[in-house]
Amino acid sequence: MQSKSYIPYLQVAPLAFVFGAFLVIPILTILVVSFWDYDFARIIPDFVLTNYRELLGSPVTLRTYLNTLRYAAIVWVATLAIGFTIAYFLAFHVRSDTWQTACFLICTVPFLTSNIIRMISWIPFLGRNGLLNSALVGAGIVDQPLEFLLFSDFAVVLAFVHLYTLFMIVPIFNSMMRIDRSLIEAAYDAGANGLQVLTSVIVPLCKPGIAIGSIFVVTLVMGDFVTVRFMSGGQSASVGLMMSNAISLLQYPAAAANAVILLVVVLLMVGAMMRIVDIRKEL
Amino acid sequence: MADKGDIELAAVLKRYGSAIAVDSISLKIPAGTYCCLLGPSGCGKSSTLRMIAGHEDVSDGDILLGNEVINDLPPARRGTAMMFQNYALFPHLDCIDNVAFSLKMKGVAKAERRARAMELLRLVDMQDYAARLPAQLSGGQQQRIALARALITGPSALLLDEPLSALDPFLRARMREELKRLQKELGISFIHVTHSQEEAMALADLVVVMNRGRIEQAASARAVFNTPRTAFVARFIGGHNIVEAPADGGGRQRISVRADRAALTAPGSGEAGFGGTVRAVEYLGSVVHVGISPNGGTDFAVDQGEFLVAVNENKFFAAPVALGDAVSVSWKLEDIHVLEA
Repeated sequence: MQSKSYIPYLQVAPLAFVFGAFLVIPILTILVVSFWDYDFARIIPDFVLTNYRELLGSPVTLRTYLNTLRYAAIVWVATLAIGFTIAYFLAFHVRSDTWQTACFLICTVPFLTSNIIRMISWIPFLGRNGLLNSALVGAGIVDQPLEFLLFSDFAVVLAFVHLYTLFMIVPIFNSMMRIDRSLIEAAYDAGANGLQVLTSVIVPLCKPGIAIGSIFVVTLVMGDFVTVRFMSGGQSASVGLMMSNAISLLQYPAAAANAVILLVVVLLMVGAMMRIVDIRKEL
Repeated sequence: MADKGDIELAAVLKRYGSAIAVDSISLKIPAGTYCCLLGPSGCGKSSTLRMIAGHEDVSDGDILLGNEVINDLPPARRGTAMMFQNYALFPHLDCIDNVAFSLKMKGVAKAERRARAMELLRLVDMQDYAARLPAQLSGGQQQRIALARALITGPSALLLDEPLSALDPFLRARMREELKRLQKELGISFIHVTHSQEEAMALADLVVVMNRGRIEQAASARAVFNTPRTAFVARFIGGHNIVEAPADGGGRQRISVRADRAALTAPGSGEAGFGGTVRAVEYLGSVVHVGISPNGGTDFAVDQGEFLVAVNENKFFAAPVALGDAVSVSWKLEDIHVLEA
């Protein structure tokens, strides 16, 4: 019997619809709007390059991008170091399955509250008269409250690391759990010491997990504006914040142009990571 | 004075919590021996191998290689090398780097370790696959790479954990020959864990039959087959009938009679035997297996209620029997082997 030719199209239709409605159309809209004109109160359908020209010509844009990239780089290194260590501990040192699951769930507990609440909860801890400063001054470790703790790059990075380390732990842990334990025995059998097992067997086999975690963390940090605004107290800028400011001034086309540039930058970064590591093995 | 490659287990015990996996076994494996640890799953054969390899702590007793107690040495410093059941090849390294792994760990320069690895690849006839990843190889090829990787360390004993179990029957027979040839060529001991009595008989100079953490018998394949020490060995090795028979001095004793030494005869002939009914007939090519359940009232109690006679094909078809036929089974007194337990 000849199968009806429209059946396959029907089968892909739901996914195609979801992708179209929630991904392709919004991005196309942003792309279109980024070429529109605007004045103080209106956006005017048009085709102008002024939005891009202003953005790319401004030294502020470059500085903001560099600052955001700096955040991304620092947060990436920190979450990778912490995430890898925790995942390693969970995967190779926690022997019983029950404890492994329990510890893993404990890692996810902070995610039961919203981003904003988790960020705000740092404020009474890190503030000038916060818990940490009171404790440090009280213990005589410092004479004066530390100023850099809150409303600083330090606070921004700290909050990012707190928010996003789990995104590193989960894929790396997943990679590690797939490593055949006899490979580690085989490495010891071949005379490897603990460090060599880590660098010659575990890390190479975790690369896909590391890549996936890195993609999560880097894209999240690159697009963030809430964390930067809250934790820097408005003293630092990020690309997301720049867009958010443009939107609050009703400069939608300018924000859209910035979004397009950010999208291109992030896609290039993700593309570079996928060139280095083949993540398909993990999916 | 022990030879450099001699392995000795002295009252070696392995405890997991309160369970005893290996129960104070003692065994000497002379250098250059092909030794098979044979037994059903859970008999402690793998734990024994892993203790020799150093991947499992010894709870009590000593393991000696040559004159040195190696209990507390790390795996790589024992002079043994292990080949894992699933080969455990590093999936991210190509064949030559897999083989060269131990040299890399020692810090041997790249050119030199690759040259050495290439020699080993040639030994196992895999030189054309140096640049392949393990995932691109068949099971048999992966095994050769695993062999090369284990042998590059120059071990005085190679430990193989069920090396043939992942292969299909044809390949298994071929690899079996190759393992034996390689062992003879290298002149080192191979200690090979298997649950297949056929594999053990084909390969081993020394068959060690294990059951419940103990050694039931350690002897040459022929000795194990012809004079099994216990009923367990006779049953596990196959081709034996275990019969409880009257002993010469009165009382009862357990004897084993090889299936191919027993015969179907007219009632009353032969030196010992009983009458029974044919319960099973299996044509196996060169022999026909006939299962006979003894009639009531005989002096013999047959293990599991069925006595197996392996009849030569020609003989069987000269005087065939069918299910339900009444027959007599007999054997010569010289073919009786008395079991210790």
